[in-house]
Amino acid sequence: MSELRDLYQEVILDHSRSPRNFGHHQPSNRQAKGNNPLCGDKFTVYVLVEDGIVKDLSFEGRGCAISTASASLMTELLKGRTEDDAQAMFERFHAVVTGEKGEELDDGLDKLNVLAGVRGYPMRVKCATLAWHTLKAALKQTDETVVTE
Amino acid sequence: MADTASAIKAARRFDAAAIRGQFPILGTRCHGKPLTFLDSAASAQKPQVVIDAVAETYEGQYANIHRGVYDLSERTSAAFEAVRGKARGLINAAHDDEIIFTSGTTESINLVAQSWGRANLGPGDEVLITEMEHHSNIVPWQLLRDQTGFTLKVAPFDDHGVLIMETFEKSLSERTKLVCVTQLSNALGTILPVREITTMAHAAGALVLVDGAQGIPHLATDVRALDCDFYAFSGHKLYGPSGIGVLYGKADLLAHMPPWKGGGDMIASVTFEKTEFAAPPHRFEAGTPNIAGTIGMGAAIDWFQGLDLDGLAAHEDDLLAYGTACLSEVPGLRIIGTAPDKAAVISFVLDTAHPHDIGTVLDSQGVAVRAGHHCAQPVMDHFDVAATVRASFGAYSSRDDIDTLVSALDQVRELFG
Ligand SMILES: Cc1ncc(COP(=O)(O)O)c(C=O)c1O
Repeated sequence: MSELRDLYQEVILDHSRSPRNFGHHQPSNRQAKGNNPLCGDKFTVYVLVEDGIVKDLSFEGRGCAISTASASLMTELLKGRTEDDAQAMFERFHAVVTGEKGEELDDGLDKLNVLAGVRGYPMRVKCATLAWHTLKAALKQTDETVVTE
Repeated sequence: MADTASAIKAARRFDAAAIRGQFPILGTRCHGKPLTFLDSAASAQKPQVVIDAVAETYEGQYANIHRGVYDLSERTSAAFEAVRGKARGLINAAHDDEIIFTSGTTESINLVAQSWGRANLGPGDEVLITEMEHHSNIVPWQLLRDQTGFTLKVAPFDDHGVLIMETFEKSLSERTKLVCVTQLSNALGTILPVREITTMAHAAGALVLVDGAQGIPHLATDVRALDCDFYAFSGHKLYGPSGIGVLYGKADLLAHMPPWKGGGDMIASVTFEKTEFAAPPHRFEAGTPNIAGTIGMGAAIDWFQGLDLDGLAAHEDDLLAYGTACLSEVPGLRIIGTAPDKAAVISFVLDTAHPHDIGTVLDSQGVAVRAGHHCAQPVMDHFDVAATVRASFGAYSSRDDIDTLVSALDQVRELFG
């Protein structure tokens, strides 16, 4: 049970029960859908990017506790950061959950370290990164009207 | 269905513990816990005789088949070809030549699509499938539809997971050329009334393909009694190796079907001007097949047919009834698929935890279940769930496995409330 508690820390359980920034209630100018074909989990991530800044970030869809908590934490922590910053965070987060170099996050992102527990569960890494891959796709979107870079 | 008294007698003869002892993997541990394997619908474990048959092929009786004049090749060819007879016997086909070896159910269905379907289906024609098909009985038809322009229709099931026969019958017309149905749903456990379906389909002038991937290990199958035109199954769900399976087709249909893959072993003669194709079944078996796997499947069929099959059916019915009763008592648990005619599969969801999380927690207790959409996303959509947890049984499964599952579910509730 203790190994499971490492995976399912209280922060994860909390975010999965009451995800933050859930639902598409605010204006956005980029979005992407992501799904995990293995389990059928689906998310849509909505982003409002202005002047290269992620002004707003929300998501909807359904997934397991890991993917939902990861999406929720992501929306909380990346709001207000620059697009480049968000991209860089993706890479660092990926390193954390795959366990490369025992990476740990700091500078306000340390909350994400709770997801490091998925390292021991290779099948679950995809859950932890689903929303992040979806965000990455949304940020890459080029067919938008307001180009601010 | 055997009457109750004879079923009880049969269950006594069927010795589940002795059968379990024949499966080496069931003695192993996972995460330090004894393995509780409840994912036989994905692939069954293998008894020692099957493992030995594959090993002995490589150790003592292996060469390419149908080619060598030397003794070793002839012996391998004979062992390989003998499996056709075993498979014929298993499903009570009329002739060995009606048994085509494929890599499994998926390839068997693709064979029918690309050979029979490509030659016989076009604009204005219809193929009717059911809402509970596995992706392997959906996607090959969509691919072919996009190539040849027929219409693909879907017959729905009700909220218990029972095919709605009135709607099914109404969906049939003189445009219907082929009906493709699963014998047993892998996601819901529903047993389909295949005999009734073939009667209705034939009355409309359509052929019937039965996906027997799940049916073959659990339901007595007689393709002549079912009167289906094609029947597909996989060796690996019948306690045999993976990568080998069967397509049965009625001889008069196979005789007129074009090859779908070209290569060695499927020809009578080849010149650059013209190739004469071999007769069925070899016409459909291009290239070197899964030789040891086929021989292993033969051993699995022998092993399976050596079981007390009435006893096996009674044992699996008992597990289904016991499992359904125990799981129904778990707070917040909902069983998905509640057809009166069911076999060997219990799919469920919990109100507090996602199937993936349940799967991970159960795994930590050594309990192997499938968590996902079971390659049947339309079934998940029907019940408006992304996924389910599925516990499925085989000959070696026991009430203890179910008890372990239920107590492991306590851990899920402890964690997720
Ligand atoms: C109902 C059904 N049809 C088809 C298949 C495909 O079988 P295979 O993967 O062996 O080709 C499966 C296997 O999961 C199944 O359950």
